[in-house]
Amino acid sequence: MKASMDRRSFLKGAGTLALGGLIPLNLIEVAFGKDNPQNFTFGYISDSHLTHIKGTQFVRNWDHGLRRAVAEVNMMDPKPDFVVYGGDIAQLGKKEEIDHGLEMLSAIRNKMHYVMGEHDYYLDLGKYWESQLGPQWYSFDHKGVHFVVLNSILTYPDWTYKRWPSARERMHQMARLDNPQGSPFMVGEAQRAWLQQDLAKVSKDTPIVVLSHSPLYKIYKGWNFWTEDAEQVQALLQPFRKVTVIHGHVHQVLYNQIGNISFYAVMSTAWPWPYANTYTQAKSLVPKLTVPMNRADPFHERDATGWTSFDLANGHVDTHYQLWSNTDRTVAFNMRDGKPEDTVYQPEDQRIPPQTQY
Amino acid sequence: MNYKHTRFFLSLTLGLGLGLAGSVNVQADEFTKADLEQWQQDFTWTVKKGERLFHSPLGSNTVSCDQCHPNAANTHPETYPKFQKQLGRVATLGDMINWCIQNPAQGKPMSLDDPRMIALEAYITYERRGVPLAPGKH
Ligand code: HEC
Ligand SMILES: [Fe+2]
Ligand SMILES: [Fe+2]
Repeated sequence: MKASMDRRSFLKGAGTLALGGLIPLNLIEVAFGKDNPQNFTFGYISDSHLTHIKGTQFVRNWDHGLRRAVAEVNMMDPKPDFVVYGGDIAQLGKKEEIDHGLEMLSAIRNKMHYVMGEHDYYLDLGKYWESQLGPQWYSFDHKGVHFVVLNSILTYPDWTYKRWPSARERMHQMARLDNPQGSPFMVGEAQRAWLQQDLAKVSKDTPIVVLSHSPLYKIYKGWNFWTEDAEQVQALLQPFRKVTVIHGHVHQVLYNQIGNISFYAVMSTAWPWPYANTYTQAKSLVPKLTVPMNRADPFHERDATGWTSFDLANGHVDTHYQLWSNTDRTVAFNMRDGKPEDTVYQPEDQRIPPQTQY
Repeated sequence: MNYKHTRFFLSLTLGLGLGLAGSVNVQADEFTKADLEQWQQDFTWTVKKGERLFHSPLGSNTVSCDQCHPNAANTHPETYPKFQKQLGRVATLGDMINWCIQNPAQGKPMSLDDPRMIALEAYITYERRGVPLAPGKH
């Protein structure tokens, strides 16, 4: 735990750098991993929501977010072993948007893994994405850790195939977060069967890291901060000793522990979302464990957005939220308490006024 | 003179004074169930209109309010008027709506009595119903 506290989150001041300065950066101190070849770092960029206006025009604000994340991930030192894109490259699943995002992401000098988001999927049901990026779910092994990539944003076939007059209409309906006509996300039976088979080959003490777009637990159905078959997926993961789920979609600092499984959300490069319990007309289950991010300042376009990096030491994950226009956060797995905790703000008496979300 | 009488007398004089003697609406402070229903309908209609606007592009870049404020969350209408550090003055809810129209949505501000502005305020406030007023709260 101490090691996690001491490990500085990197790239303080990278903003200045990305904006044109040339400050040599060597800020990450790997207090744990120098000698242990099993320990490693990976970068995570997510939820850029690039939006095509017309012709060659895209929403400037969202472009800036992704461009900055790409520049900063390229400056991680030491270099991460790979970089994950957590879904929602596009806003309305358009080829123009996916191409625009992949062009920006092509500047990353690293191996990439991609996760499907609902904004990438519901126009053509993932066809173009898949033609550019490969399968929507698969697993891979890296330095003794078993990684699983899932498409967790599927939904009931009736909603997908029968409900809407056109693909475009379906995409628009799914793109609205607070849509009363929406439909809950799910991993689905086929993928769960695949996951069960995939995990059957893995020993129970192998650390497992699952990469999904939606949280694989239930927070608030009304905004799809939710996966309908979360319990069934969790049941497949619980037998393993060290399990981490990393997800996008919620555009906020969020973490949780359920049984053996630690959950961490990643930042969006585009915009922050309110915590579900700030919507007072409905009940929601925001994890008590989470110390919220600061309330966003709308006068700073990049506030409460950013990217995320992960250290894997001893099969557990430490999460570094790289927050633009704000103080970075580190949430690390606390071996003693057996759950993720903020390395600064976790105790009640350490919280600061902007963390009160209402 | 009893109360009813006075009121009738006053309304009549006022009405005459303003040249509105023909107006049938001489009773100012009594309303019926039907009135209430009508007014509620008008309000609900305005909330619905506000909800539609809130979920449509109001500026030049296709970006809509609900993209950052699902169910109008994080708009805190109960805290207005309040001091806005960045505006350097006590601002109204309408001021902040305009701020978000001009910046994230890259649009032109609305006048504060624009029916669209009123509808947006109706929707935002309705989604926050039941929360105690907290003017000035940051
Ligand atoms: C890119 C994201 C974004 C978009 C789009 C956006 N806003 Fe905001 N807005 C914010 C943020 C962030 C805040 C600050 C929230 C807080 O104070 O907790 C804010 C604040 C506000 C506030 C004041 C809230 C307070 O706490 O005082 C109002 C009112 C508001 N927005 C209305 C709107 C309206 C109406 C639209 C559509 C024209 C809109 N916003 C579009 C991000 C956005
Ligand atoms: Fe997203
Ligand atoms: Fe999403």
